[in-house]
Amino acid sequence: MVKKPVISAAEAAAKVREGDSLMVGGFLACGSPHTVIQALMGAGTSGLTLICNDSGSHDFKSGKITGVGHMVAKKQFKKMICSHIGLNQETQRQMNAGETTVDLVPQGTLAERVRAGGVGLGGILTPTGLGTEVEQGKQVITVGDRLFLLELPLKADVAIIKAKKADRAGNLVYAATARNFNPLMAMAASLVIAEVEEIVEVGDIDPNEVHTPSIFVDVLVKAERLEW
Amino acid sequence: MEYVANKDIIAKRIARIFKTGDVVNLGIGLPTLVGNYVPEDVTLILQSENGMLGLGPAPMKGEENWDLTNAGSAPVTVRPGGCFFDSAMSFGIIRGGHVDYTVLGVLEVDQEGNLANYKIPGKMVPGMGGAMDLTAGSRVVIAATLHFEPSGASRLKRRCTLPLTAVREVNLVVTDLGLFEVMGDRFFLREYFEPYTPEWIKERTQAEIVIPNDCRPVSFEKVFPRTGE
Repeated sequence: MVKKPVISAAEAAAKVREGDSLMVGGFLACGSPHTVIQALMGAGTSGLTLICNDSGSHDFKSGKITGVGHMVAKKQFKKMICSHIGLNQETQRQMNAGETTVDLVPQGTLAERVRAGGVGLGGILTPTGLGTEVEQGKQVITVGDRLFLLELPLKADVAIIKAKKADRAGNLVYAATARNFNPLMAMAASLVIAEVEEIVEVGDIDPNEVHTPSIFVDVLVKAERLEW
Repeated sequence: MEYVANKDIIAKRIARIFKTGDVVNLGIGLPTLVGNYVPEDVTLILQSENGMLGLGPAPMKGEENWDLTNAGSAPVTVRPGGCFFDSAMSFGIIRGGHVDYTVLGVLEVDQEGNLANYKIPGKMVPGMGGAMDLTAGSRVVIAATLHFEPSGASRLKRRCTLPLTAVREVNLVVTDLGLFEVMGDRFFLREYFEPYTPEWIKERTQAEIVIPNDCRPVSFEKVFPRTGE
């Protein structure tokens, strides 16, 4: 097996360029690549388009910020494609002030759009969102006697994802609900940076237990920050 | 009669709807309380849209695993036989009709079965999260809500005014006054929770309410005794 480079978080962050589209794994900071997020915040790369389940959290009262919310606070996103921004007051503030745009996508639709982007589908047909604002501007397609919305695939320049364990080839194993969007994003970006807690030798992960096949992963970063 | 908001009554009543083996998704907030009142002889399979079946109770303090959370990012546990999966599988389960009941909170719900809970234009835009998929895909959609807004207005409307989360998907609405079924573009009051009366409820509700002959009173003191909770 070809071994993947293990690079520092700063080196990983330097691979993200101004204006890139960026997929970030995690669900309200559970299963987010906190070490790389911190490095990207340090790099200050801006004009990014975020594709993530949510925009982390940011509570103005307590000042507490979690996950990708740290990059939102540094105003690094010109656009966010998320299913939920309810726990991030700064995202709402930026949206209302016109500093960023937010595309709200139903969570299941977001998951399938990312998957479609990764697996070569031209889109997906879903009943979710019919008759709501989500339908606006989209093609409604009848199959048999049922209506569906055509939702288009999503791809990104870079995906930063988080796994529990990797082997040097890049095979990934996730932990519990920290899996969420990570395996889907691993398939849908030109460059996939996997932040992992443990790196073992090729052959040390049972092939039956691999969640994300090695070929999707380009580089590995050792996780230094597990919660943020 | 004085109205006192009571979320526990809503959770208690909804908890008695299920039977062993039902796959249930409980939304964040009020719906999460339902889990506290499921009878001991009923075993549900709780689905959490962030990627698990077999959602268990919160862990003891000091035993939290931050890789194991619910959809509100609170640490939880997994029951024996539970499993984890990615978000595409999770919503495959939801959209594919494999969830029997979804219980979710609302800002407004109307007599056509429409539900609004993700956006107040110009004020608050939390986003729909998984709610649109859950309402589109689940077999039975239960709206759990206090009957009145803080202003005193009824949350059961003739027509929702806020952007919709779900169109004609709501089957049951359980408030702290009663249990309503959505049928033929009207709310049928199936149960009223004592001491409230059907007339009292109807007078104070904006939506059109039908009171069928078999509408029955429910007393939480008698029917759901405190022992065993």
